[in-house]
Amino acid sequence: MSTLAPSSQFARDADRVSHDLRHRRLIQKALGGYYVKRDEQKAKFANWQEARSLAGEVKYEAINHLDKYLIQFADAIAARGTKVFWASDGAEANAYICRVAKENGLKSVIKSKTMTGEEIHLGPELEKAGVEVVESDLGEFIVQLREEPPYHIVFPSMHLSREEINEVFQRKLGSQPAFTPEELTMIARGVMRQKYCTADMGISGANFAVADTGMISITENEGNARLSTALPRIHVAIVGIEKIIPRLEDLALLLPMLATAGSGQAITCYNTMLGGPRQPGEIDGPEEMHVILLDNQRTRLLADPEQRDALHCIRCGACLNVCPIFKNVGGHAYGTTYQGPIGSVITPHLRGLQSWKHLSNASSLCGACTETCPVKIDLHHHLLQNRRNAVQGKARWWEKWMWKGFDFLMTRPALYRWSAPLGRIGMFFYPIVERTAADPMQHWTKTRDFPRLAEYSFKEYWKNRKTPDVDTSTH
Amino acid sequence: MSTQAPIDSRERILARIREALQSPAPKRHLNPPPGLPTQPMGTDGAGHAPQEWLPQVPESLEDRIALFERNSKELKTRVIRCANEAALIEALKILATEQAWRRVASHQFSLGHTAILSAGLPVTWVDKGYQIAELESADAGITGCECLVTQTGSILITAASSGGRALSVLPPHHVVIAHRSQVVADLSEALAVAKTSHQGKEPAFLSFITGPSRTGDIERILVLGAHGPKHLTVILVD
Repeated sequence: MSTLAPSSQFARDADRVSHDLRHRRLIQKALGGYYVKRDEQKAKFANWQEARSLAGEVKYEAINHLDKYLIQFADAIAARGTKVFWASDGAEANAYICRVAKENGLKSVIKSKTMTGEEIHLGPELEKAGVEVVESDLGEFIVQLREEPPYHIVFPSMHLSREEINEVFQRKLGSQPAFTPEELTMIARGVMRQKYCTADMGISGANFAVADTGMISITENEGNARLSTALPRIHVAIVGIEKIIPRLEDLALLLPMLATAGSGQAITCYNTMLGGPRQPGEIDGPEEMHVILLDNQRTRLLADPEQRDALHCIRCGACLNVCPIFKNVGGHAYGTTYQGPIGSVITPHLRGLQSWKHLSNASSLCGACTETCPVKIDLHHHLLQNRRNAVQGKARWWEKWMWKGFDFLMTRPALYRWSAPLGRIGMFFYPIVERTAADPMQHWTKTRDFPRLAEYSFKEYWKNRKTPDVDTSTH
Repeated sequence: MSTQAPIDSRERILARIREALQSPAPKRHLNPPPGLPTQPMGTDGAGHAPQEWLPQVPESLEDRIALFERNSKELKTRVIRCANEAALIEALKILATEQAWRRVASHQFSLGHTAILSAGLPVTWVDKGYQIAELESADAGITGCECLVTQTGSILITAASSGGRALSVLPPHHVVIAHRSQVVADLSEALAVAKTSHQGKEPAFLSFITGPSRTGDIERILVLGAHGPKHLTVILVD
């Protein structure tokens, strides 16, 4: 991991990636396909805009009554024999899971995709406790082999070509050379089949936590989450407290919206609702099920009514896919678990505003994220609010003095009148230093021309103009 | 697990939530349409408005079946229609020859049990438990289902209706046998069926299956059979 400050790391990686033409080609190809499919699915909705409003309403209801729905969820799922553990932060959650692993003498864990697990670094913690962790989602498996974090919250290996994946498979798995996505997928399938059948514990996330029936809902395409929650003896689900929705029927709206916005599908291949471990009369399923309800600073975001709707996020990744910044700097430059606009909005709340405020400046404020969000989170305004909060919290001394000077100048007409001729004198000598190390505007002039002052101001023009040729006699 | 449960942060988290919710959040840009997203389409007898925002579903059962077939085909699910039980047995025999099945796995359900036996397929019955390796090496998993969803081309399964949690996902070919009366309009109706058909006790396992297992994780190119079945076949009996 880099030891740079997050803002320096961002500046360095963003600069490198945005000049990488190969990267650009891969991302544009991947996202080009996504836009076509997403628009096809959106068109099938009788009213996509109303569906967005309604989805936003469902999450608004849940988040603004979070205590009530969390208790309802926890009680209902516990009634079917699930153990519920409330964790204030990642350390508590990891300690609990490692404890379950230790008490049961577990050797291996099969993990299906969980961004919440990424957020608390669960994988490395379990490895430290001596448990082998295998990612079962294909994209996650690939980036795990490459020892990289996921590139995108929905498409973790979007930045890699088949050649790179073949290379890491040959190097780490000793597999035969493979040339097509199909062959590569089958290699991973073969490896994983063994793991499902022998792993002692399956770990998953959850896309939704249904309060009224006490179920977690997992959305996926590959079937890895179904296998890793059905076969191992113990199933552990890590659930951020914001994942709550009030009713099972809300899924009838949210599942198609998540799939449409997330990957341009009408609905994903598997949407599984789990309400507990193997019940009396059931043929199979885990003996134990644990649900971890994780706060990890989510209540801090909840305490900000202005940005509370950022907790409505269903992690579809749509805002990443349309973001001009994401498309240029790529997912890794952010240095966060959650990339793109939603990551820039919530990371300052989860990990500290002063260290992560730079992400809110990396935005063109075009509003594409707000427009695409299936639950109508006001993302680009939240970026502005983060900027404001960052300045209010800790303004730079020179910036403060600059504005004071500006204020002083603009409120004194006599002084202002003298500033223009002075500026023109400065302008006359400026070319001597322009684009050199002594240029005070060097960051600007590196890629742009510095605009010249006009030869005379409007006031001077007005004073020196000839009397206009207006014939008043016709009146 | 040890006898003593570890102390968790339930009360602390709830206290933080309650404190945070003291200041209400503004309602921005939300102009929701009237009604809740809870009413199944077409069941507005109780005075509810039907859902007007999701993809629309036709009224008659024949049209619904036709749309279900179209949606399924788009997602690479094969749909076979059978006029009666004899045709079902025939369809199973043809599938077995075509796919070179040596052994299938299944569970006891009314529509399938006798048909599978009559088709003369070697079967592993999972009802009284199974070895994972035995299920993994079966050529197909044949299951019943809760219902079929027109709107999305999905199959809703529950542990009780489909032989548990793994039968439908571990073997490389999943075959669903369903009766035409099991075709429902949309996801809401399917969830309502699942909620009410088990004596008021929701099952602990529900899954919407829509097409065979797939991934696009390598260059966003579609590959079938990522971890689950490569083939999904629905046999619809009239």
